Amino acid sequence: MPELKFTDYFKNYPDKEGHFGPYGGRFVGETLMGAIYELEEAYEQYRNDPQFIAEIDKDLADFVGRPSPVYFADNWTRKLGGAQIYLKREDLNHTGAHKVNNTIGQALLAKRMGKTRIIAETGAGQHGVASATVAARLGLECVVYMGAEDVQRQAQNVYRMKLLGAEVVPVQSGAKTLKDALNEALRDWVTNVDNTFYIIGTVAGPHPYPAMVRDFQSVIGREAKNQMLSATGKLPDALVACIGGGSNAIGMFYPFIEDESVAMYGVEGAGHGIETGQHSAPLSAGTPGVLHGNRTYLIQNKAGQITATHSISAGLDYPGVGPEHAWLKDIGRANYVSATDDEALEAFHELTRTEGIIPALETSHALAYVKKLAPTMSPDQTILVNVSGRGDKDMHTVASMAGLNF
Amino acid sequence: MSRISECFANLKADGQTALIPYVTAGDPERWVTVPLLHALVDAGADIIELGVPFSDPMCDGPVIQKACERALNNEVTLQHVLDMVAQFRDKNKTTPIVLMGYDNPMEAMGYAKFAEKAAEAGVDGVLTVDSPPEESSELRQALDKYDIDSIYLVAPTTSVERIQRIASFAKGFIYYVSIKGVTGAAALDVAEVREKLALLRHYTDLPLGVGFGIRDGQSAAAVAEIADAVVIGSTLVRCIEEHEKRPEALPAAVAGLLAEMRYAINARNLASA
Repeated sequence: MPELKFTDYFKNYPDKEGHFGPYGGRFVGETLMGAIYELEEAYEQYRNDPQFIAEIDKDLADFVGRPSPVYFADNWTRKLGGAQIYLKREDLNHTGAHKVNNTIGQALLAKRMGKTRIIAETGAGQHGVASATVAARLGLECVVYMGAEDVQRQAQNVYRMKLLGAEVVPVQSGAKTLKDALNEALRDWVTNVDNTFYIIGTVAGPHPYPAMVRDFQSVIGREAKNQMLSATGKLPDALVACIGGGSNAIGMFYPFIEDESVAMYGVEGAGHGIETGQHSAPLSAGTPGVLHGNRTYLIQNKAGQITATHSISAGLDYPGVGPEHAWLKDIGRANYVSATDDEALEAFHELTRTEGIIPALETSHALAYVKKLAPTMSPDQTILVNVSGRGDKDMHTVASMAGLNF
Repeated sequence: MSRISECFANLKADGQTALIPYVTAGDPERWVTVPLLHALVDAGADIIELGVPFSDPMCDGPVIQKACERALNNEVTLQHVLDMVAQFRDKNKTTPIVLMGYDNPMEAMGYAKFAEKAAEAGVDGVLTVDSPPEESSELRQALDKYDIDSIYLVAPTTSVERIQRIASFAKGFIYYVSIKGVTGAAALDVAEVREKLALLRHYTDLPLGVGFGIRDGQSAAAVAEIADAVVIGSTLVRCIEEHEKRPEALPAAVAGLLAEMRYAINARNLASA
């Protein structure tokens, strides 16, 4: 591994071709190459345009309700007996998760590019809802692809999307989960490339998506940095976030990457346990390969076929991960760990009872790792954990674990 | 001269258009593929595109996607596909074979190892649909070492600047994707294709193949008039799907379908000669 000064990180990654070291890139069919260059050009044009930025900031403030607070979880801190735990409350955003930070940015870009139709893929339904929401507000046609299995698991979010005027297409192919929804959305984009903007919900896909989605989500880390400085007078000692594709984690991590004193922990879904093979933890237990437009760590067999994943949380149930996380792992800037379904559920109940905050099951994986990490640190140290979403959508899943059905 | 270039040169001398069937290796049974390939050659195939199954074929429509699923249910790997090619080569030394698939299985084997084994098996060209020239230099160099042609796609959305770039890397032939869409999605517009092929010929001397959206003898013949090669994929794979439960009858049925296309193309070639 090359000796890397993290202080040079921002100007080096990604490179002009969208690579983070060996990861990232543009692995799509020729029909889409024109569209992703067109998108890259538009994004480069607008990303530093003061009018565009002002428009996003206004929506983030008035429509989403930003800045989201940073909350000191004093009960939970006392209970765990170690580092002070601060929660970045993305669960308080309009639509209930961090996803909307990105859909606002991309939908406003779509509008500037003259696209009239947006498509999106969704796993837990949060990105689908966030896309349908901005589509309703901006008057854009919206089609959301969702694995048939997830349509079952997240019936309430499906209904929310329909209320918002989106068409939800259940995807019957493959494993009928998030990866198959992504395949189907890419097929739609190839077919309707002239009028359609594909809003990818995570930091994956071909360049420029991983960098663009990261930039839109980085509002989380930028706000949190200032909020922690004013609350504690110093930077946090550790950041913790859950990782499916990795958008809430990169949004939190990115502004801190060059602050080398800040440790970073990304928590993947270990499902029934890494050793069972039924998990969603490519960084912990996968190997590099190419899927959905980029090179990254994947859950695959020796022959290069993508294999089935499992997580209690639909939003983590994905065999890949954003290419920037793959690179942060290889260069040792971030640590990637995992939490099982059971550990996540336990943390879900614990935060709910001690702080009166019901987190999403995705977020609960990050909380499960905080339970391990906090007691190993001293009381003058701080942990900032990203509460990426609220748990309303997961009532059905959690209740059924307890043998209840609504 | 590569087997692909030689094939096109011979056809050109005879005033013929190449007919290129696509089938997915190991669909619906592993043992079917080699007899099927021989039957396709007998029915008039000039070059064969053999699909390497992949779990997430994002550029393909439902027909080829299901073919991949059937093949993967038989646990077909890239190694198995290469074994099939080698077995085909026992009896057939002349018909070029192009492997068509996605990057990941090739990357999992390792590009260098893949290229070496492909050459040994008798593969003539490789088309990696999700790996544009920007990302495929390492694979291309590995294939170059064994004189295996890197086949590239050009789409209706490809700019002139990209056409020039692709033409500078492409070998064997250039595959023009005739529609905006996935494989087997819609019927192509012959006039539009004609215009694009004329543009392409400004930038390359390579033969031009056309695929995606050719469904029957009539559209095959219409494309044959303007292209150097006609690629038939989903139509044949649909026939394979229909014979999933009767694989022993499958080679003859699929070959029969291809023979109709061959007949239609030849009739048109003859008429325009």
